[in-house]
Amino acid sequence: MTDTKKSAATSKLDSALSWVDDRFPLTSNVKAHLTEYYAPKNFNFWYFFGSLAMMVLVLQILTGIFLTMHYKPDADLAFGSVEYIMRDVPWGWLIRYMHSTGASMFFVVVYLHMFRGIIYGSYRTPRELLWLFGVGIFLCLMGEAFFGYLLPWGQMSYWGAQVIVNLFSAIPFIGPDVSEWLRGDYLVSDATLNRFFAFHVIALPFVLVGLVAAHLIALHEVGSNNPDGIEIKKLKDKKTGIPLDGIAFHPYYTVKDMVGVAVFLIVFSVVIFFAPEMGGYFLEANNFVPANPLVTPAHIAPVWYFTPYYSVLRAVPPILNSQFPGVAAMGLSVLVFALLPWLDKSPVKSIRYRGTLYKKWLAAFVMSFLVLGYLGTEPSNIWGQFGSWLGNAERATVVARIATTVYFAFFVLMPWYTKKDKTLPVPERVTG
Amino acid sequence: MSDKKSNEQVPSSATEQASQVDVEKRKFLIATSAVGALGCAAVAVPFIKSMTPSERAKAAGAPVEVDISKIAPGTMITAEWRGKPVWIINRTDEMTAELAHHNDQLSDPSCEVTSQQPSYCKNENRAIKPNLAVIVGICTHLGCSPTAKLQANGDMGANWTGGFFCPCHGSKFDLAGRVFKGSPAPINLVVPPYKYLTENTLLIGVDTEEKA
Repeated sequence: MTDTKKSAATSKLDSALSWVDDRFPLTSNVKAHLTEYYAPKNFNFWYFFGSLAMMVLVLQILTGIFLTMHYKPDADLAFGSVEYIMRDVPWGWLIRYMHSTGASMFFVVVYLHMFRGIIYGSYRTPRELLWLFGVGIFLCLMGEAFFGYLLPWGQMSYWGAQVIVNLFSAIPFIGPDVSEWLRGDYLVSDATLNRFFAFHVIALPFVLVGLVAAHLIALHEVGSNNPDGIEIKKLKDKKTGIPLDGIAFHPYYTVKDMVGVAVFLIVFSVVIFFAPEMGGYFLEANNFVPANPLVTPAHIAPVWYFTPYYSVLRAVPPILNSQFPGVAAMGLSVLVFALLPWLDKSPVKSIRYRGTLYKKWLAAFVMSFLVLGYLGTEPSNIWGQFGSWLGNAERATVVARIATTVYFAFFVLMPWYTKKDKTLPVPERVTG
Repeated sequence: MSDKKSNEQVPSSATEQASQVDVEKRKFLIATSAVGALGCAAVAVPFIKSMTPSERAKAAGAPVEVDISKIAPGTMITAEWRGKPVWIINRTDEMTAELAHHNDQLSDPSCEVTSQQPSYCKNENRAIKPNLAVIVGICTHLGCSPTAKLQANGDMGANWTGGFFCPCHGSKFDLAGRVFKGSPAPINLVVPPYKYLTENTLLIGVDTEEKA
């Protein structure tokens, strides 16, 4: 009795599905992107962060929508409306902390995701475009973070925006006009706040979602890389045409990713409930003071995810009475990631089969990135000055200059040391 | 743009049919695409222009009057002009005397970059009256407002002769707003146009008429 009922229900579902399939490629898309998308079976810890980044994106869009219901993009009202969300809107504090913590966590997972791509050579042929879409997503994300940070209209919001918009005025000839055009005024003002709101809630999210779609389409076209950096599509089952080392994304990796999501949400909740400001790293103390165009806070620093680039900006001295070199160096320090597919000349992709030369350079790069990141959170006199033998130079500035040099050397010298590096033989099939 | 591309692809994918291309129709398509592109460019202008400062923003830059009678020697006040902080510093005689002593440490000691001060302030004190300095408190590096460190030494180290320190990127300026070498800021702070209305009142934003 129940069996016949069941089968009747299934056949009804089936016919409904085929009705849809005749009008929209539902089944074929589910197959292409989930049940018959074959991913290498040796994904490890590092492969959680792509799906986590997507989840955080959804979270940011969702919490963002609810925040716009109460927020006012007006220089006279913005600061108060954020406090109103925090104090008077039911659960407003939670939604706002989810959004502000989500911004930092977005960068945490994206940085780890990028590092994964670097160590396993996921940017190499045929994944160059996939990587470039990723760089585009990263840039978009930085834009979102920057525009969003102005919205609470606190002191850090204001002066951060002032500095970043002024970066454009360092461009020779057209610079001052460009920054005036971006601000819509002669200083950061209500006009600036209003347009940053437009960029933050509609313009960039559109671009971001589009780029994520392109990123996924490119990924599913070329197939996922893996910790061994070998192409699983080279060895396929003769009958089925399925890669021998491939397993279906759904259910195998959807289940795996859900474990990652669970762990991530635990960490995320701990931050939201116990340390939403993260000691000033996620939400800076000065941003609880309303914007004051006449006074810059004594200690100003960007949020942690921008500090490596900010350190580069600070490290480069003006050349020929122009601050443009520093600004250009900072821009390059972000954009240089896009060149990786063409700088890496190694015969192998994965760090597992690279020699010690590459590993040393990578270690030096990671160190310099972290040192620059730390220094960017501190004033430049944090470590005092050298003696007169170095012209009383600030220690932190000298260290930042060395770290900046190492940072760029990692990229500039890459064609040389990846070619010279003694690599190991790469296996036919994936390992471990 | 995409129209053009697809037009070109048709003959290249079928080169043997190249002779059969309808040249007239192709010319027509290229012409319409070009006109369409021009139209798009033209309609972009109002959108881009809409982001420039509005008439209201332009009108907000009126000159301001400042009472300077209550600034004790060795202290300063901050006025607001065009939304920017303007420092008015009543320098002591020791302070102004010091200005001549550290020229070798400055990027532009004699104020050769003319955009940074009105011609009547291109002097050793960068001021109309030697003691009273009027300076726009916006760093020439990236627009932060430097912090006043008027007294010598103090938390700025033993060699500090008094001036301003920018908290954003560590630029240093002396008490005439001249930038010290090695700062990220490339040029001296701006001295705004100003004039004395009376002994104790300044008008910031209007030039002093120069004697011919």
